[in-house]
Amino acid sequence: MSVRSDTRLWIAQRASAAVLALCVAVHLVTIVYAVRGGLSAAEIYGRTRGNVGWLAFYMAFVLAVAVHAPIGLRAVLTEWLGWRGRSREWFVLAFGLLLAWMGMRAVLAVFR
Amino acid sequence: MSALQVSVWRGGADGALRCYEVPRYPSQTVLDVVTHIQRKLDPTLAYRYACRVGMCGSCAMTVNGAPRWTCRTHVDKVAADGRLELRPLRNLPVIRDLVTDMRTFFDKWERAGGHFEGASTKADDFARVRPDSPARQAADAGIECIGCGVCYAACDVVSWNPDYLGPAALNRAWTLVSDVRDAKAVARLRAVAGDAGCHACHTHMSCTERCPKHISPTASIAGLKRAVTKAALERKL
Repeated sequence: MSVRSDTRLWIAQRASAAVLALCVAVHLVTIVYAVRGGLSAAEIYGRTRGNVGWLAFYMAFVLAVAVHAPIGLRAVLTEWLGWRGRSREWFVLAFGLLLAWMGMRAVLAVFR
Repeated sequence: MSALQVSVWRGGADGALRCYEVPRYPSQTVLDVVTHIQRKLDPTLAYRYACRVGMCGSCAMTVNGAPRWTCRTHVDKVAADGRLELRPLRNLPVIRDLVTDMRTFFDKWERAGGHFEGASTKADDFARVRPDSPARQAADAGIECIGCGVCYAACDVVSWNPDYLGPAALNRAWTLVSDVRDAKAVARLRAVAGDAGCHACHTHMSCTERCPKHISPTASIAGLKRAVTKAALERKL
């Protein structure tokens, strides 16, 4: 990869980290709030089903994870396994797409 | 005074530790100990030093597990129990005993664009740089590096990623990026960006912890990250 691409990946990881900092905070507060009177599927659905605000929030959360985690994994693969080159880039891209697909599936499941 | 038990690395990469007993003296430095071994006990011991006063950056070794400049490291400070273990610097090929091959280390300074390139000639007037300007202060914070290799040996990222330029080369690049007279700005940022450059730093701060000149290469690398990001966002990279 070129220096420019490396730099863009770094910026993308830092930017997604900033989004995640906010998302994780909101998510944790929501967990504490949601379990105050016991946790039930009905209560979760009651909050998320048909709610576009929560849909947008969790979609942003999933996308930030799908950007952030593969870039971090890419560095881990290089430093721990010495894995470089095109095969590594395809692998982390596939990992990112898998995270996005699984995450979006879960988000849509509680929205519909 | 009592004697010191000193284990010293002998041989190349596949060498082993050998033990020596060295008399203890007041204000004794680790370099004094090594010199005693070579002059009185075993003249075949290879080690490197020059100035003995913390200026040349030649005498760095691994002392009881940590990289240090040995000429300014007092035995009292590192061998409270009377034991010393001396090995060559980490992350560099061992030539013999305590001597490492530092070519990679200095080649990386070159790769990082570690030399000044001005735009003015001798016909031009002197550049006027205010010592209290933020850019000059940023350069001054890293300028006293003596190239001893302690930060490079302390850096885990270098051990994981041998292409990584390392703290000293990046610190040097930052002093030049911060130098308002330097005319190689974007080319230098290109040289220090990417997976082998400033973006590989994990901010462990081992370099900052170990630098005998109390420089913070971590802060310099953070400065490079900012400068590279700015250049990338302005599409200059």
